[in-house]
Amino acid sequence: MIEFHLDTRSGVAPYLQIVGQVRQALLLGLLSEGDKLPTVKEVVAKVAINPNTVSKAYRELEHAGLAAAKPGVGTFIIRSLGQASLAEHGPLQQELRAWLAKARAAGLTEPGIEALFSRTFRESAEEEK
Amino acid sequence: MTAILQAQSLGKRYGRRQALAECTLEIPPGHVVGLVGPNGAGKTTLLKIACGMLVPTTGRIEVLGEQPAASPAQLARVGYVAQDTPTYANLSVADHLKFGAKLNPRWDAKLAQARIEQLDLDPKQKAGKLSGGQRAQLALTVAVAKRPELLILDEPVASLDPLARRGFLRHLMESVAENDTSVILSSHLVSDLERVCDYLIVLVSSRVQLAGETEDLLAQHHRIVCTRRKDTDLPPELEVIWAEHTDRQSTFFVRSESGVPAGDWSAEHLDLEDLVLTYMERGADPGRRPKTQTARETEEAQAVQAADTTGDAR
Repeated sequence: MIEFHLDTRSGVAPYLQIVGQVRQALLLGLLSEGDKLPTVKEVVAKVAINPNTVSKAYRELEHAGLAAAKPGVGTFIIRSLGQASLAEHGPLQQELRAWLAKARAAGLTEPGIEALFSRTFRESAEEEK
Repeated sequence: MTAILQAQSLGKRYGRRQALAECTLEIPPGHVVGLVGPNGAGKTTLLKIACGMLVPTTGRIEVLGEQPAASPAQLARVGYVAQDTPTYANLSVADHLKFGAKLNPRWDAKLAQARIEQLDLDPKQKAGKLSGGQRAQLALTVAVAKRPELLILDEPVASLDPLARRGFLRHLMESVAENDTSVILSSHLVSDLERVCDYLIVLVSSRVQLAGETEDLLAQHHRIVCTRRKDTDLPPELEVIWAEHTDRQSTFFVRSESGVPAGDWSAEHLDLEDLVLTYMERGADPGRRPKTQTARETEEAQAVQAADTTGDAR
């Protein structure tokens, strides 16, 4: 079973934080196919957030084909995103490396790169919504 | 499903003091509602009217589709925890539960018992000897075991330390998840509410300044920073909530259903705290909103004129 946490200063919607933490846990191999996610009640009793936030995150995971709800039993992971999937994204990582080199060559420092990345990331996530 | 609370032009007057004015609200069911506002804004008045302890001077209100305290049945559907989560100092924890069982037709003794054990409270302990956090939890337990459809809490965490605060909100959210209870809770601190509330009401100087689903409100509001200009120079679809100017820069807090178009400005979303504080500032000082450049220019023109006059006199 995994646990969630919430960063209220991040500017990321709480339900997206939960979705992100499940994805991360899948990538890290903390969660795999067949694992049960904590119930809404368990999550809110631990993290003190609105139950609707958790339900919304779980619906989002179902929509993404990562989890499925079994009525009366709970929500289960139905797909694994093990180490293999990170390797699958090798070409993407190459591109990111190349971009980072360009950013440094353009005189951007690390905090600058981070700020540019997270801002672009947020904007593009919002556009996709 | 019926609205949690529906109010039309609700007002309450104490002698010459208007505690609540022109309050019109419709809160859809299934929400945890945060009622935010500075001290003295009228939060307690609104909550007391909602649970039937106060009668409004003007307007109409329905809670769960009925007039507050219209009947014993309506009273059983609404739970209320007054400010500072009061308990009876000389009664024990067990007495509180016995009391609750006698007074409430839908009392859930099993739930109350389980909660007291989970909180590790000694049933024989007098409530007056409990810590602030434990007292608040006891008051919440009694309110929850009544099995209300709507729970109204007036500043429940204001006097608690951060740890007790978190514990209280966990317990509250657990009850919401378990029993599908709707909740209205008030606070003068946004930080207490932002994790738990999905509906927000900002009340300032006895008037509702803002009400809506938290997520929508966050999506609709932006801060725009640009070179100094009048608010009328912004696209008309942007409603200017608040404006601040320096000699060369303008900062606008705007509301728009359709987002902010691209332009020669930077636009970013407001977080909940900035959003609420902006409406609080505006509510506390309605004469200043939004401070347009025109007003400033008039002032400056007058200043220049005054200087000219002095020059002439010389």
